[in-house]
Amino acid sequence: MPDLKDLGKNKSNLIKALQKRQEAEGYISDRDIKEISDAFSMAPVEVEGVVSFYTQFKRIAPGKYKISVCDGTACHIKGSSLVLNWITDELGIEDGETDEDGFFSMDAVACLGCCSLAPVISINGKVYGNLTRKKLLKILNDYQQKEEADNG
Amino acid sequence: MVKRIKVGMASCGIAAGAGEVKDKILEMNPDAEVVEVGCIGHCHAEPLVEIETEEGSYLYQEVEPEVEFIDKILNLEDYSRFVSPANRESKEKLYVTELAGKINPVSIEEYEDNGGYFALKKALEMEPDQIVEEVKTSGLRGRGGGGFPTGLKWSFLAGKDDKDKVLICNADEGDPGAFMDRSTMESLPHQLLEGMLIGAYATGANRMFIYCRAEYPLAVKNLNIAIKQLEEAGYNYINGADIKITVKEGAGAFVCGEETALIHSLEGKRGTPRFRPPYPTDYGYKGRPSMINNVETLANIPLIIRDGGEKYSQIGTENSTGTKLFALAGDLEYSGLVEVPMGITIGEVVYDIGGAEDGTVKAVQIGGPSGGCIPEEHFDTPIDYDSLTELGAIMGSGGLIVISKGRCMVETARYFLEFTTKESCGKCTFCRIGTKRMLETLERITGGEGSHEDVQLLGELGKKIIKGSLCGLGQTAPKPVLSTLNFFENEYLAHVDEGYCAAMECKALVDVYLDQETCIECGQCIKVCPVDAISDDFVVDNGICTRCNSCIEVCPVDAISRVKREEE
Repeated sequence: MPDLKDLGKNKSNLIKALQKRQEAEGYISDRDIKEISDAFSMAPVEVEGVVSFYTQFKRIAPGKYKISVCDGTACHIKGSSLVLNWITDELGIEDGETDEDGFFSMDAVACLGCCSLAPVISINGKVYGNLTRKKLLKILNDYQQKEEADNG
Repeated sequence: MVKRIKVGMASCGIAAGAGEVKDKILEMNPDAEVVEVGCIGHCHAEPLVEIETEEGSYLYQEVEPEVEFIDKILNLEDYSRFVSPANRESKEKLYVTELAGKINPVSIEEYEDNGGYFALKKALEMEPDQIVEEVKTSGLRGRGGGGFPTGLKWSFLAGKDDKDKVLICNADEGDPGAFMDRSTMESLPHQLLEGMLIGAYATGANRMFIYCRAEYPLAVKNLNIAIKQLEEAGYNYINGADIKITVKEGAGAFVCGEETALIHSLEGKRGTPRFRPPYPTDYGYKGRPSMINNVETLANIPLIIRDGGEKYSQIGTENSTGTKLFALAGDLEYSGLVEVPMGITIGEVVYDIGGAEDGTVKAVQIGGPSGGCIPEEHFDTPIDYDSLTELGAIMGSGGLIVISKGRCMVETARYFLEFTTKESCGKCTFCRIGTKRMLETLERITGGEGSHEDVQLLGELGKKIIKGSLCGLGQTAPKPVLSTLNFFENEYLAHVDEGYCAAMECKALVDVYLDQETCIECGQCIKVCPVDAISDDFVVDNGICTRCNSCIEVCPVDAISRVKREEE
C-alpha cells in the first residue's frame, strides 16, 4: 500500500488517504488530520472541510459494534423510524452516537441494498432483516451476552 | 447428475444468507463445483440456488443452510422450486441483464463464451465516428435520470482535439431505494467495462474512471478483478495505447451524482457543483475534456454495437428506446430488480410484475428524492421519459417504490425532504435554506401544528427553490412535495384542518387504544411496553406512550390499535 507521503504527491488522492485512515481506525482523529494535511501540504482546515463534507467520514470513535439502520426508501416505508426509536429506547444512543462503554454505536444510513428484507439493520456488516421490536431486542441482547461471556 | 451449482451471491443474496448456504453445500460436497453468480433480480426469493445437470437446470428459492434442505435440492426433489411470478416473464425483457445471475461475474472466460467482448472487437473494426452515429441511431438516452441523448454527448467529446480526454462512469448511485447500478456492477462488471472501452475508442478518451459509492464493496471488488483480467487479455489497448482504468470510491454525498460535483470529488475536493458552462466535455477532470455516463447507459453500449443501432431503436417507444432497469420495492409481493421495455405501463410493473394486490395501492414513488409520486388513477401511463415528466415525476435512475393505502403521503414527502436537506451541499441559498424551511413546515404539518398558510408556503417555496438552485439536486428537491401536493392535497388539508392522518402514521396525530371488549388480559402488552404506559387494568396512558408499536405487535388478539388522537 502506498504510504501517506506518496499519496500526498497528488491532491486527488486526498479522499483515498482519508478512507485508508478511517478503515484502519474506524474514524478520523485529530492526529490523522494533522498528518494528512502535512503530507498533502494543505491547511488542516482544508482537510477538515473535505472530511465534514462526506458522510462516510466520522470524527468520533465508533463502538465495537457498529449498528447501521437502513433508512432507504423501502425501509422507511416499512418502519425504519420505529427501528431507530427502539434502539434509542434500548441503548440510549441517537443517530451518530456511541454508547458510554464504546460497545454499540448507531448510524442511520442510506440503502443497504436489501430492500426485500425491509426493515433491515446491519451490525458490523452482518445484515438482519424483517425486523420487529422483539427480534431487534433479541439481536442486541445476544451481542451483549456474548460480550459478557467473553469477558468472563 | 449434478454438473455445477450456482449460488446467487450479489449483495442482496448475501444479506439473505447465501454465504451460509454456499458454505453448507461445500461442507456436504467438498468436490462439487460451486460458483458464485450475480443477481437474477428475484430478491424476494433469496437465497437462490441453481443446480445444473446434464438434463437441464433447476432453480431453488429461499434455500436454508440445513443438511436436510440441501440434501433435498441436490437430489433435485420438487421442493422449494422457484416459480417465476405469473406474468413477470411475459412482461419483462431481459436485455441488458440477460447474463446477470447466469455467469460468474469475475470470469472473463465465461463472459467471452457468452458473446462478451464481441462488440468491442466489432467496434474496433469500425471508424470511431461510425460508432457515435450508431449510438445516435439507437436513440439511447442517459439512464442516470436526465435522459440526455447519449450519442450526442459522445459526439461532443469526440469533436475535441485535445490530446488527453477522460471518460468517467458515474456509479454514485445515491438514491435511497435504488440498486440497479450496484447489481449491474456486481453481476456484469465486464459488460460495463466493455461499454466503456467502446466509448473510449469512439470518443478518443485515453483515461477512464469509475466513480463508485464506497457503500458498494462487492461492486468495487468485482470491478477491480474484471479490470485486471481485461488488461491481461489486452482489451484496454485502444487507439494505440493502453488505457488506464481506475475505480475511485466516493465517500457518501448524494450531490456527487451531479457531473461537476463528481469531477470535484474525483479531484479529491469537496463535492460541490459549479456553474455550467463550461460543460465537462469542454472543461472537466483536471481541466481535460471529460464525459460522464451512467452505469446502465454504458452497459447498453455493447448491445447496441452487437445488434446495431437500428435494431436497438425498435425496442421501447419512439422517444425512449431500449429497456429500463427498476429497483422495485415497497408494499408489494415480489420486490427485486426488473428490466422492462420502455413504454410498459406503471400498472403492468406494479401489478403484473410486482404482484401488488389489487385495490391496496395508493401510488408509486418514482425517481427517489428527485422524483415524484404518481397516484393509482394514472397507472395506465407508459413509462417513458416524457410521459413521466408530464406527470411531475421523472424517469430518475430507477427506484420504484410502491406505496399502499396504509401510508401517509405527507410523511413520505417529509422523508425525501429530510434526505435532500441533509444532502444539500450548501452552495446555493435557496437549496440550503429553502429545503430546511420546507422540512420545518412539513414537520409542523405532520406534528399536528400546521396551518393552511403552511400548505400554501410549501407550494410557493418549492417553485422558488427550483428556480434558484444551480444543480440538479436543488432543482428537483421540492418535487416529492410538489407532486404529493398536486395529487394528494386532501391529505395535507386533513392534517391541518382536522388533525387527522388517515394512515395513522403521524405520531403526533394518533393515540394508541386498547379495546377492552376484545382484550383477553394476557398481559403481554404490559410486559413488553418499554415505558410502562399500560396500567394493570389495561388502559393506555397516551401521555406516556411513545407510539413504538411494541404492544400492537405483541397482542395475540389485535385488541390494540392506532386511532385518531382525541381532542383535549
